[in-house]
Amino acid sequence: MSIWEYANPTRFMHTSGKLLPLVTVLSLAFLLVGLVWGFFFTPDDYRQGSTVKIIYLHVPSAFLAINAWLMMLVTSLIWLIRRHHVSALAAKAAAPIGLAMTLIALITGAIWGQPMWGTYWAWDPRLTSFLILFLFYLGYMALWAAIENPDTAADLTSVLCLVGSVFALLSRYAVNFWNQGLHQGASLSLDKEENVADVFYLPLLVSIAGFVLLFIALVLLRTRTEIRIRRAGALISRERLS
Amino acid sequence: MPDLGKYADTVLSAYAISIAILIGLVALSFWQSRQARARLTEIEARRNTAKSG
Repeated sequence: MSIWEYANPTRFMHTSGKLLPLVTVLSLAFLLVGLVWGFFFTPDDYRQGSTVKIIYLHVPSAFLAINAWLMMLVTSLIWLIRRHHVSALAAKAAAPIGLAMTLIALITGAIWGQPMWGTYWAWDPRLTSFLILFLFYLGYMALWAAIENPDTAADLTSVLCLVGSVFALLSRYAVNFWNQGLHQGASLSLDKEENVADVFYLPLLVSIAGFVLLFIALVLLRTRTEIRIRRAGALISRERLS
Repeated sequence: MPDLGKYADTVLSAYAISIAILIGLVALSFWQSRQARARLTEIEARRNTAKSG
């Protein structure tokens, strides 16, 4: 079995149709457990008080905002190189999800920043990169909508995705490149010394898992929708020709 | 409900807005999926009728 089999829309629809209910249920379960655990059963932070509970929304959404764009980058590259329509449609399907995650990250960050930093916003490297990433998501979706020919739209949005990837990576690593700004470093890291305290770490991991599964479920659902829209368009074109 | 202290408004507004965005995203995705499926079914039914007719 090869992953390239799923470039075939029929095969993709068949497999994704079977996977979707399971992934949906798992995402709901992890989200509920993670958020309920974090909100109800974790202590306040000695410095941040109860605002630390925002971490279970802010960090997972920020994590996904960046990784959704990177997923779009991979699928866009597959489209540019191998011309697999399912890949281009998967990138298109992921964009609104990434946009929503970026919006949640920006809003929860602003709400959290006010009591902690005394401001809703600062032109900090990480925050600024995230705002630009948000604008790239908007631009990507607008470009898809503006171009009538779907293959041309896929080509141009793939190039936009390549360019926007710089800001997706900057959003993650800006704190390392510029040793300034308000925003702290990584909440999660392979270097355990950088992680948040254990009492927050486990529910945070569960919450992140819930968000990731939700992303997968919605990408599958939305890609299936895009495939149906594309098929409907092809059939209408054939009707008009005949 | 845990005692959120002086940050109750902050924490609750963050949760309310985030959950609203997530529910909106999921609802919109399901709605668009149903619309697309219904439209494709209609077009395919029309095509099958034309073929058999």
